[in-house]
Amino acid sequence: MATGRDDFVIAIRSAFLKKKDKQKFSLLTLIILSIFVIVLSNFNFKAIQFVKLGINEVIYRSSHIASIPENKLKEITSKFKSHMDLYESHQKELIKIENSDQLKLQNEFLTAENEKLRELLDESINSQEIFARVLIDKDSPYLKSVVLNKGTKDKVKIGMAVIDDVYLVGQIIEVNYTNSRALLLSDLNSKIPSVLEPDDIQAVISGTGSDFGKIEHTQEEFREDFKNKEIFAYTSGLGGLFKPGIPIGKINNISEGKINFFSDFTQLNYVKIVSYKIGGEE
Amino acid sequence: MSSLNKSPFLKIFLSYVPFIMLFFSVFNEFDFNYLKLDYFSFNFVHLLIFFWTLRNPDQLGYLAIFFAGIINDVVIGIPIGISSFCYLILCSVTAYIRNITLTPNFMKDWISLLFTILLINSIQVIILDLVFLIKVDYTNYLINSGFTFLFYPIFFLFFNFLNERISYQTND
Repeated sequence: MATGRDDFVIAIRSAFLKKKDKQKFSLLTLIILSIFVIVLSNFNFKAIQFVKLGINEVIYRSSHIASIPENKLKEITSKFKSHMDLYESHQKELIKIENSDQLKLQNEFLTAENEKLRELLDESINSQEIFARVLIDKDSPYLKSVVLNKGTKDKVKIGMAVIDDVYLVGQIIEVNYTNSRALLLSDLNSKIPSVLEPDDIQAVISGTGSDFGKIEHTQEEFREDFKNKEIFAYTSGLGGLFKPGIPIGKINNISEGKINFFSDFTQLNYVKIVSYKIGGEE
Repeated sequence: MSSLNKSPFLKIFLSYVPFIMLFFSVFNEFDFNYLKLDYFSFNFVHLLIFFWTLRNPDQLGYLAIFFAGIINDVVIGIPIGISSFCYLILCSVTAYIRNITLTPNFMKDWISLLFTILLINSIQVIILDLVFLIKVDYTNYLINSGFTFLFYPIFFLFFNFLNERISYQTND
């Protein structure tokens, strides 16, 4: 019995402390070092922040370079596919253009009217836009985010909105000197105050970890009213970070509270990082 | 006669293949861990580390594994050190198995892998969810662990072939 326990102890000791010919550090040293790194990353000391920023800068750039061949391959495949679908997409575009001409006129009128009304309320909205390229979009099942090529040197700050075309895609959660990380709307940790139109219902759009979002914090009876209607979600501007009215997505299944985002997060190449000044306050 | 077939370049290249595969998988955007398919993902890095640290630890150093973990954390965006810690736990299990095993047995290795990945994924979930308060999808972790376990035989064949080639090139 005692021999069996001795063997176990010897095997454990040998596993953790013995170094092979080519190993420079024992397993125990590196495990302790990794625990030390985890503990340190939990603190927000200035020195640790600088080290973190340095590591992020180097690794983001290296990862971007390492992904160049793969991205080129993706680009070629996408171009080839688009070339093959040219006729079909041309027909669809013609119909879209016809519809959008009508909508454009209506939109111009509504925008002008909206601006006038905001001036009356002293709630003018000014925005500052920074164009950024997506450096890394390595998704994981655990965290949905993208790394952008603009950082503190371009005046990017935590909490700024990330917009693709006119659609909201996420917000900045980490800023380094030359790059930053944006948390996508689809991430489990993303919560956006929003308004469901045309019924003007306040809600929170949460990420699910999949390609769709979920409506939360609405009463069940509202969902009954939504049946057989086209419901769109826009930012409500309640958090103070985003301006009201940025399109987020369209409700797909009201009983499950499922929402499809307007933007395809897998196809992000260039985005806008935007900060809003609402009624004189940033 | 066989030594005539051995090329010094091939010898060096093959000996670095596990190392290259490890860093390529943590650096690159393409990830088996997230194939954009519903209910399907597996952790290639776990399989790679498990096999090489178990069967030929000289080809994959612990320090390299530690740095690969740091890179993985930064690229994915989770707090630094978590992946390193999990990878090293995987290494300690393989080191223990190596010490208590006289003759390597595929079935025993495979069963050990299941317990190890369940252990390290649990550790990762606990650290992320309870310490750093980052929400994680438990179903994804469970599916990932299941497929990682199921895919081991396929990658075992590939890695074993590679290991034999490396042994052939390095042994005189």
